[in-house]
Amino acid sequence: MTILEDVKQAVQRRQSNFFSAKPPPAVDISHQVLLYVEGLSVSFDGFKALNNLNLYINDGELRCLIGANGAGKTTLMDVITGKTHPDTGHVYFGQTIDLLGKSESEIAQLGIGRKFQKPTVFEEQSVLANLELAMKVNKSIISTLWAKLSPSELDWISQVLEIIGLKSQYRMLAGALSHGQKQWLEIGMLLIADPRLMLVDEPVAGMTAQETERTAELLTSLAGDRTVVVVEHDMEFVRSIAKTVTVLHQGSVLAEGSMSDVQNNPAVIEVYLGEED
Amino acid sequence: MSTIRNQFSSLHDLREKAPIFLAVLFGTTIYASVCNLWVPEESIFHVTTYTITLLGKYLCYALLALSVDVVWGYCGILSLGHGAFFALGGYTMGMYLMRQVGDRGVYGDPLLPDFMVFLDWQELPWFWHGFDQFWVAMLAMILVPGLLAFVFGWLAFRSRVAGVYLSIMTQALTYALMLAFFRNEMGFGGNNGLTDFKDILGFNLQSDNVRVALFLCSAVVLALAYCLSLLIMSSRFGRVILGVRDAENRARFIGFKTENYKVSLFVYSAILAAIAGALYVPQVGIINPGEFSPLNSIEVVVWVAVGGRGTLYGAIVGALLVNYAKTRFTAVFPEAWLFALGALFVSVTIFLPQGLMGLIKDKRSVTGKLFFWRKGRKPEEEIV
Repeated sequence: MTILEDVKQAVQRRQSNFFSAKPPPAVDISHQVLLYVEGLSVSFDGFKALNNLNLYINDGELRCLIGANGAGKTTLMDVITGKTHPDTGHVYFGQTIDLLGKSESEIAQLGIGRKFQKPTVFEEQSVLANLELAMKVNKSIISTLWAKLSPSELDWISQVLEIIGLKSQYRMLAGALSHGQKQWLEIGMLLIADPRLMLVDEPVAGMTAQETERTAELLTSLAGDRTVVVVEHDMEFVRSIAKTVTVLHQGSVLAEGSMSDVQNNPAVIEVYLGEED
Repeated sequence: MSTIRNQFSSLHDLREKAPIFLAVLFGTTIYASVCNLWVPEESIFHVTTYTITLLGKYLCYALLALSVDVVWGYCGILSLGHGAFFALGGYTMGMYLMRQVGDRGVYGDPLLPDFMVFLDWQELPWFWHGFDQFWVAMLAMILVPGLLAFVFGWLAFRSRVAGVYLSIMTQALTYALMLAFFRNEMGFGGNNGLTDFKDILGFNLQSDNVRVALFLCSAVVLALAYCLSLLIMSSRFGRVILGVRDAENRARFIGFKTENYKVSLFVYSAILAAIAGALYVPQVGIINPGEFSPLNSIEVVVWVAVGGRGTLYGAIVGALLVNYAKTRFTAVFPEAWLFALGALFVSVTIFLPQGLMGLIKDKRSVTGKLFFWRKGRKPEEEIV
C-alpha cells in the first residue's frame, strides 16, 4: 500500500504549512454528517430527474452511488456542486452551510471537488499548469496576476504528480495524455485542492485493469481524511471499494447498505443488478 | 524542478519572445522615420510622409488586432464589435482635436466646433466640456470604452451568454452605436463626424515632424501593449483565461469565478482597442460613424485569423499583411477587394486554421520529424 502512505504523508505535510496560509471555512460536522440532501426534486420539461431524494453522507465516508442510466446520479452531483438549481429540497454542507444558491466557484472554494463523467482537463496546457490552477490558493483576479509558485507549493505539486503517476509527463500537454491518464490527472486536480468532499463521477471509465486497481487503492486511501462519493457503472470496481452503497432509481433512493445487503435486496435485483446477469 | 519555476515565470516568456518582435518593430519604424526626416527627397531611400502616415495607420490596426486576439485567441470570445471601442477611443481624441481648433474654424467661433455653429447651437453640450484638456480626453478615452465593455461584459458573461450569441450581441452593439452617432442630435458631428483638425498639444498636425512623432508613438504603444499582454497571458491569470477557453466548467469547478475573469479581460481588450482608435484619428485626420460599421469589426477578425490566433504577434503580422494587401489591391481593383477578403477568410479557415503563424510552427515540426526519421527514431519517443 505505498500509495496510501504517500497520500497520508502528503496530506499531513500539507496541513502543517497550510494553516499558516489561510484557514479553510469551518464546516460544522458535530453530528458526523458532512452532506445533507433532503427532499430534493429536479425536473426537466416534466421529466423528474430527481424525485424527493434524501441522502446523508458521513464525514470521512467512502460512498458509492449506483443506478441505471437516467437514475439521477449526475443530476444529483450537478445540484450539489451548484450547476443545477432544484425545484424543491435542501442541500447542506455540514450543519450550517446551505449550498443551494451558491455558485459553482463558491462551492468549490468551500472544499467540494468534482470529477466529471467525461474527463475534463485543460487540454491545451501542460499537466503541471493543470495542477497549478487546481491548487487551493487565492483565486481572485489580482492574486492570479501576480501569483508565483512557492517552493512548498511546488513540492506539493510534485507529490501529487507522484501519486497520480504522471511525474515523467509533467511537461506534456494534458490533451496528449491517454484517456486513463486524463482521468488520473483530473483526480489529481481534485486532490491538489485538498477538498473536504470529493464527488467522483465514473473514475475508471476507459482504464485498464491495472489502472483501475490503482484508482481503487487511491480512493480507499483518501477516505477517512476526506469524504469521497463515487458514481460508477463498473460493478466489479464498486465491489472492490465500497463499504456503503446507495442505489438510485428514477430519481430517488431505492436501497442503501453494504454491497452484499444491496445485492440481495429484491428490489435492486429487479431494477438494476438483474440486468447484468 | 527549477526549470518548472522558469516555465511559469512571466518574465521568462517576455525575455524569450519580446526581443525579436521589438527589434523588428523598432528597426523598421526608426529606419522609416530617419529616411523620412533626414534623407533628401530625391534619394531613392527617401520615405514619403504619405508612407509614414500609412504605416502609422497600419500600426494602429495592428494594436486593434492585438486587442481582438487577446479576447478571441486566448479566451475564445469572438467579438464582432471591437470596432465600437476603437471608434469610441477615436471620438474622444477627435473631440480633443476639435477643441484645439479654437477660433480657426470656418465660422471662427472661439468655443463651438464648426458643425455646432452650422446646426445653430448656442452653447457647448455638457459632455464636450473639459475636452480642451488633453488629460481629460485621455481619461475619457480609457473610461468610456472601458465602462461600456464592463457593463456589456458583466451583463453578457454573468448571464452566461457565449459563442455565436455573444458574437451577434457585439455586432448589434457596434451597429446600434453607429446608428446613434449618425444622428446630428447626438452632438458628435452626425455623419460627417469630426475633422479639419489643426494641431495636437500645440504642434501642427500637418508637419512632417509631428507625423513621424505620431508614427513612433504608435510603435511605442504597440510595443508596450504587446509586452503587457505577453506578461498577462503568461501569468497564472493567463492560464486561467486559457482554461476558461478550453473547459470553462472545469475552471468554475476548481473555484474560479470565470465571469469576472472574462469581464476583466474584455475590459482590458476594449481599452487597447480604444487606444488604437485614439492614435489612429490624428494620423488619419477624421473620425466618423463609419468606423462603427460592423464590417470594420469583421475585418479585424479576418486579420487575426490570417495571422494566427492566440500568439499576439500573429495578430499583428496578420493586420499588417492584410492591410498592405488592401492598400495595393484597392488601388488596382477597388470593387474586388471585399471578394478577395472573403475568399481569404474562407481559405484561411479551411487550409490554415492556425493562420500564417501556425504554418511556421507546422514547418518546424515537419522538419523536426524528418530529422528524427533520418536518425531512425520515431518522433514520439522524444516527447516522453
